[in-house]
Amino acid sequence: MSAIAALFVIPGLFFFAVGTLGILRFPDFYTRLQAAGKCDSFASVLVLLGIAIYNLGDFTLASLLVSIKIMLIAVFVFIASPTATHAITESALIVGVEPWMRKERKKQ
Amino acid sequence: MKRLQERAQNRPTGESPIIRMAVRVMIPFIQLFGLYVIVHGHYSPGGGFQGGVILGASFILMALAFDLKTTTDYFSEKANAILGNAGALIFTGLGALTAILGGLWLDYSALDRIIPLGPIEWRSMGIFLVEVGVGLAVMSIMVSLYWDLASGGDMDEGL
Repeated sequence: MSAIAALFVIPGLFFFAVGTLGILRFPDFYTRLQAAGKCDSFASVLVLLGIAIYNLGDFTLASLLVSIKIMLIAVFVFIASPTATHAITESALIVGVEPWMRKERKKQ
Repeated sequence: MKRLQERAQNRPTGESPIIRMAVRVMIPFIQLFGLYVIVHGHYSPGGGFQGGVILGASFILMALAFDLKTTTDYFSEKANAILGNAGALIFTGLGALTAILGGLWLDYSALDRIIPLGPIEWRSMGIFLVEVGVGLAVMSIMVSLYWDLASGGDMDEGL
């Protein structure tokens, strides 16, 4: 069970690391938000799935119940995180945050 | 970029349909989770205050995604005031009742004289009753604080 759980948790950690790298290295608001929103929602779902499988190791009714609760958290994150990203992006668009462009294209 | 910005500003339906749909899906589950936290308060993490805050946050989320008027349609100001006062009355009334029945303030085992369940069972049940009162009061205060702060006191428009 713990091997299967590691199969989910390790890619999740990899996506978290990539998302953090994106937040640090991308040039402007929108691209950073994309890195944060996409990687974090996918990675947290993967990590939670791994934890749920690991918790199912001794197969009893109580651990099954806890695993189902963890999966409900994953579903909730999967709905809420993209919506929050969408709301932040939209309000940035309305306020008028300029997206990053290459210098040659900006002159035209 | 300019065209996208104009389209986002002049959209006729107000807030984005994606946000509305997601909020519509999430609110029942948030309220169910708030009730779960209140009911399980006496033997797992959580309790009246936390559950009340979650319940109040569900109405605040509704007011943020739609507008203040939709919230007051579902949950009127009068009902809010009645629920909040009922919560405070449950808490202080239970404390006073235990004191009148001969125990200390909020000593639930004194309630054994009304309904004989045994003092240990009544301690567990009494905590549950008080948690329900605290949850109702906290939910009502959270929602009315948000309503008054967002609309400047005159409950008409809001954010």
